[in-house]
Amino acid sequence: MTAATVSPTTATTTETKHSSARRRRKALVYVTRLLICVVIFGGWQLFTQIGLVDKFFFGQPTEIVNQAAKWFANGTPYGSLWTQIGVTLEETAFGFVIGVALGIVFGIALGRVQFLAEVLGPFIKVVNSIPRIVLGAILTVAFGLGLESKVLLVIVLVFFSVFFNAFQGAREVDRNLIANVRILGASRTQVIRQVVLPSAFTWILASLHVSFGFALIGAIVGEYMGAQRGLGLLISQSQNTFNPNGVFAAMFIIAIVALVAEGLITLLERRLLAWRPPVSTNDNTGI
Amino acid sequence: MSQGTIELRGVTKRFRTPDGGTHTALRDLDLTIEPGEFCAIVGPTGCGKSTTATLIAGLEMPSAGEVLVDDAPVTGIGRQTGFVFQNDAVLPWKSVVDNVAAGPLFRGQTRSQAYGKARDWLRRVGLVGFEDRYPHQLSGGMRKRVALAQSFINEPRILLLDEPFSALDVQTRQIMSDELLALWDVVRPSVVFITHDLEEAIALADKVVVLSAGPGTVKAVYPIDLPRPRKVQEIRFEQRFVDLYHQIWTTLRDEVQIAYERQTTGAA
Repeated sequence: MTAATVSPTTATTTETKHSSARRRRKALVYVTRLLICVVIFGGWQLFTQIGLVDKFFFGQPTEIVNQAAKWFANGTPYGSLWTQIGVTLEETAFGFVIGVALGIVFGIALGRVQFLAEVLGPFIKVVNSIPRIVLGAILTVAFGLGLESKVLLVIVLVFFSVFFNAFQGAREVDRNLIANVRILGASRTQVIRQVVLPSAFTWILASLHVSFGFALIGAIVGEYMGAQRGLGLLISQSQNTFNPNGVFAAMFIIAIVALVAEGLITLLERRLLAWRPPVSTNDNTGI
Repeated sequence: MSQGTIELRGVTKRFRTPDGGTHTALRDLDLTIEPGEFCAIVGPTGCGKSTTATLIAGLEMPSAGEVLVDDAPVTGIGRQTGFVFQNDAVLPWKSVVDNVAAGPLFRGQTRSQAYGKARDWLRRVGLVGFEDRYPHQLSGGMRKRVALAQSFINEPRILLLDEPFSALDVQTRQIMSDELLALWDVVRPSVVFITHDLEEAIALADKVVVLSAGPGTVKAVYPIDLPRPRKVQEIRFEQRFVDLYHQIWTTLRDEVQIAYERQTTGAA
């Protein structure tokens, strides 16, 4: 009886000790992160202030904030800042959705049909080894300064990263699972829908993080090469007017957009992969 | 009317090996399993036990000879067949009840029919209250119950089990064996139970088939005359069980020895 009453108390005290230690560690992580930011931006500000680093080339944190605030308040030379963000997002989203869809369809088809894989394999390898971002130059000339050229560039960039994962995912399907559902009575299409797709989805979803990054890059590089609106245009115009603060301000806005999108993709992933056992990694790594 | 007679006549199965050669898994195998009979196949590692099951299921075709189910040659996966795999083959992204209902849904039954049946079979395997769990949230024994319910719900005339319980611990394995016998008694399919565990084979089966070291062929067939219903945990203490075990083991031992020597000397 005494033992039974003693052990839970010791258990809870050690538990509180553990959890407070964990909390302290977490606080330490946040404080250290904050310190790193202070050092980077403080150092940047300081060095440009005292003239050790030329702010004409490298900008200055306070002026970057000023530039962003000015854009927000007074708009940019090409309309309000929100319009620029909206245009870039529109190009990114269209290209991303189409690229992902094409990547999935081709990836699964080639992953399941050996003949297609053998015929098209070398072509895909060749196209993949081309630095595709350069295609932006041709696309801008061929399809003009509007939406189409950017969407096409985004599709080209997104397609391959999704394609290779979908292809791999479709190949790595557990043969036992397929044999099992076939014996249970599944038709060919049912095997694809109920086994191959869900199984490949773990792979496909993993590729979405990277490919959304590619999509943003595609849209911005496309705009940089020639556009009438968008964040990429802001960057190229800032560059042309020797305004590094504009380049950095646009960069930070893009970073925020990317982080929000990353969060949304993670949410989607959690919802779609609820069936998976929780991954037992240290969530403090933050990567 | 299909009864579930399984017949293998002079069956040989060769596989192409990755280095371009051929590997003979089965050679001139003759075997008949009567409707509703529980047949266990034992043999040393690599003797083609699992191949026998995949041939009867129609997942593979024999290189020579014939596999007949109810006097008709097997040309593909039969609708009357069930198969329980060694490794988990339940779909990890489907909940327990969705997994069990999958068979009837594939076979064109309505959702209400399929889910009604699924709940019924989950009750029979003791998984009430776990319908909405995902497989990874269950223990190994519970996942096996899902697999059993998934196969039995189609009321197969032929049920193939390929070392179904080999990944379970000994106690769970015995409990699952009893449950398998109870389920078998409800649907009464002809069963081919592949195992390397002779005790398990004798405790469950009407007939134990010993295969020779690969290429596998039938070395001996032993009818098991132990009375049913059987309690798998206790039957092993009965004198008749011990006698049978002794008798079959003397046959099996030589084959196990041959297979072991081949493995250790490195000859494939």
